[in-house]
Amino acid sequence: MIKKTKLGIAVTLAATLSASVAFAENIKIAFVDPLSGPFATTGTNGAAEWTYAADVLVNDKGGVLGGKNFEIVTFDNKMSGKESLIQVQVAIDQGIRFIAQGNSSGIAAAITDAVNKHNRRNPDDRVLFLNYSAVDPVLTNEKCNFWHFRFDANADIKMDALTDVMAKKEDMAKVYLIGQDYSFGKAVAAAAERNLTEKRPDVEIVGNELHPIGKVKDFTPYARKIVASGADSVITGNWGSDMVGLGKAIIEAGFEGQIYTYYAASNGITRTFGEAGKGHINLVAEGAINPPASDRVSAYVDGFEAKYPDHDISQARIANAVEMLAKAIDEAGTADDVVKVAYALEGMVHDSIWGGTVTMRESDHQAIQNVHVAGHTNENIRHPLDNSEYGLLTKVTVENAGMDSPTTCEMKRP
Amino acid sequence: MDLILVNLIDGLVFGLLLFMLSSGLTLIFSMMGVLNFAHASFYMLGAYFGYQISTVLGLGFIGGLIVAPIIVGIAGAGIERYGLRRVHQYGHVPELIFTFGLALLIQEVVKLFWGQNQIPYFEPAYLDFALFSVGDNAIKAYKVFMIFISLIIFGGLLYILTKTRIGMIIQAALSYPKTVEALGHNVPFIFMGVFGVGTALAGVAGVIAGPALGTFPGMAFTLGSIVFVTIVVGGLGSLWGALLASLLIGWMTTFAASYNIKMSSILEGIGFSKPEVLSDSMFQDLWTLTLPQIGPILPYLLMVLILVFRPQGLLGKRES
Repeated sequence: MIKKTKLGIAVTLAATLSASVAFAENIKIAFVDPLSGPFATTGTNGAAEWTYAADVLVNDKGGVLGGKNFEIVTFDNKMSGKESLIQVQVAIDQGIRFIAQGNSSGIAAAITDAVNKHNRRNPDDRVLFLNYSAVDPVLTNEKCNFWHFRFDANADIKMDALTDVMAKKEDMAKVYLIGQDYSFGKAVAAAAERNLTEKRPDVEIVGNELHPIGKVKDFTPYARKIVASGADSVITGNWGSDMVGLGKAIIEAGFEGQIYTYYAASNGITRTFGEAGKGHINLVAEGAINPPASDRVSAYVDGFEAKYPDHDISQARIANAVEMLAKAIDEAGTADDVVKVAYALEGMVHDSIWGGTVTMRESDHQAIQNVHVAGHTNENIRHPLDNSEYGLLTKVTVENAGMDSPTTCEMKRP
Repeated sequence: MDLILVNLIDGLVFGLLLFMLSSGLTLIFSMMGVLNFAHASFYMLGAYFGYQISTVLGLGFIGGLIVAPIIVGIAGAGIERYGLRRVHQYGHVPELIFTFGLALLIQEVVKLFWGQNQIPYFEPAYLDFALFSVGDNAIKAYKVFMIFISLIIFGGLLYILTKTRIGMIIQAALSYPKTVEALGHNVPFIFMGVFGVGTALAGVAGVIAGPALGTFPGMAFTLGSIVFVTIVVGGLGSLWGALLASLLIGWMTTFAASYNIKMSSILEGIGFSKPEVLSDSMFQDLWTLTLPQIGPILPYLLMVLILVFRPQGLLGKRES
């Protein structure tokens, strides 16, 4: 009996020991985004994409630094700036060196400030901020710092690419701008106005307005106004149910033209638009999955859909972020000294799984990559979204969009 | 001119939808004195059940329209019988907490079964076409269908409450429950019936609004607060008041969203001059506002005004 107990203790001890050894070898990335509440869909989808990318692109290929694995640790920030800072602190206290966040530029701004302060005060346990989705230009301009890296194309770059494509449409005459009433909606409208007046001075902007975010129950009146204005193109930065409601109402009101969006896909949006959105809905983003750039893309997306049937690869840049981080850690030869990792990361030119290259611009840590304008359709779709038959098909690609875009960033390097 | 007509129709559709929700809520309140926070959740359940019955079980849209409200009504009656009635004896605050908790519970249950995303609940194909156009704006057949359903329900409700024996008993139970009970009527049963019918009405609203406004777990939350505003404005317990307030709020929000009137032009119209440097002005936000931006708060503003100048509501009879 005693022997048995001893054996049991020994086995448990050994198991704990080996577990903690395996544990210690993992390189942890804190994923800080909403995992509960109204924005949980986007957050959980992002978490799935990070976990999958880490597993498939790094761990299954032998990891980094000769065998260490990436581990994604999720933290729920409940879409609140205050909660995010608490969660980031918890992550840092757990010894995590890499913070990934993307939803809401407001929260990203709070985190980038906090990380900057933390790194100044605690030179021994500095951290990096991997921003995979927050696109407010300010983060790589006035508010830029050495610790922040943005893997998405920012709102200005996207709008620049989008208006380049729009400007080539000869028959475009009247454009309507509509968006949610907060910093991002305003930034989109301002950028659209600036770009359009410069590239197509003959085009008339027949409407430029903001609606309360998440408060509009019925978008029909807005749609009526847009149809009555005679607009042939609509630009909106709306997301979530505001995007579905607006898009559906506009199409149902008898609108014949094109709707250009940032976020009108996935998380139920593609499925809801269905047949009605075909030929109307366009989306500007990085990372095209239709047509897939290579068999590698198809294998990657199919594998993801098999593992997470309820989610989609909707943020292609996450794969870039994971691969580039792995490369930078290998190059730096350490995952603990983030200054070395950051230096390896800046200026890196990476062959993206999605085709083309991603360059992490040294001057402001903004990723420069191909940006695509895609249409919502069910034709030639190899990888549909939302378990429907519809998906996004690339119409036009702008290579290395925003390569020469100006920045006001004055980066202080350690 | 065309836009006015279109807005009148759109506002009518939204107003009548609000009415279907607020009529049930105001009826329940006037009978039982219960402010049912979960009312909009029954509306959401209606939409989800409608989707489940019409597409997954294959009974078609009309099947959903008939069966879903019945299920919602039975669920509502059950909740009254086995939940609310037990809590009732402890007073109003436990009742409020009970219905509030119920709203949260229903929302979580919906997420559990149907997920976080918007579900593909669409108008039936035979109503999904433009019936007629005013100018360039198409009016879908489904909107006209929504108007008809709402009007039929209003007519039926009014007839039952004022012309039938059941309606008379309900009205009597409203003012003198003890006397009605002494006359041999089962008052708790009447309460349960009213609660069931009220929630079934919310269910109908859900089934027909789900395809038009979108079916997602947040739909109860977005409409919930405005329904309370409607019954306060109309007068608690008044069916005609609920109709009047619903239409008023429907038209108000629709028209406000459709005209880009700038606050600055109103201010200049009444004699203020715009400050040279806006960013230095204390009233910077006021000057840059437009009507569509303040549209969604107009109903709340109306409610405050009503509470100040006519606390019993537009057509309410209560003094308290």
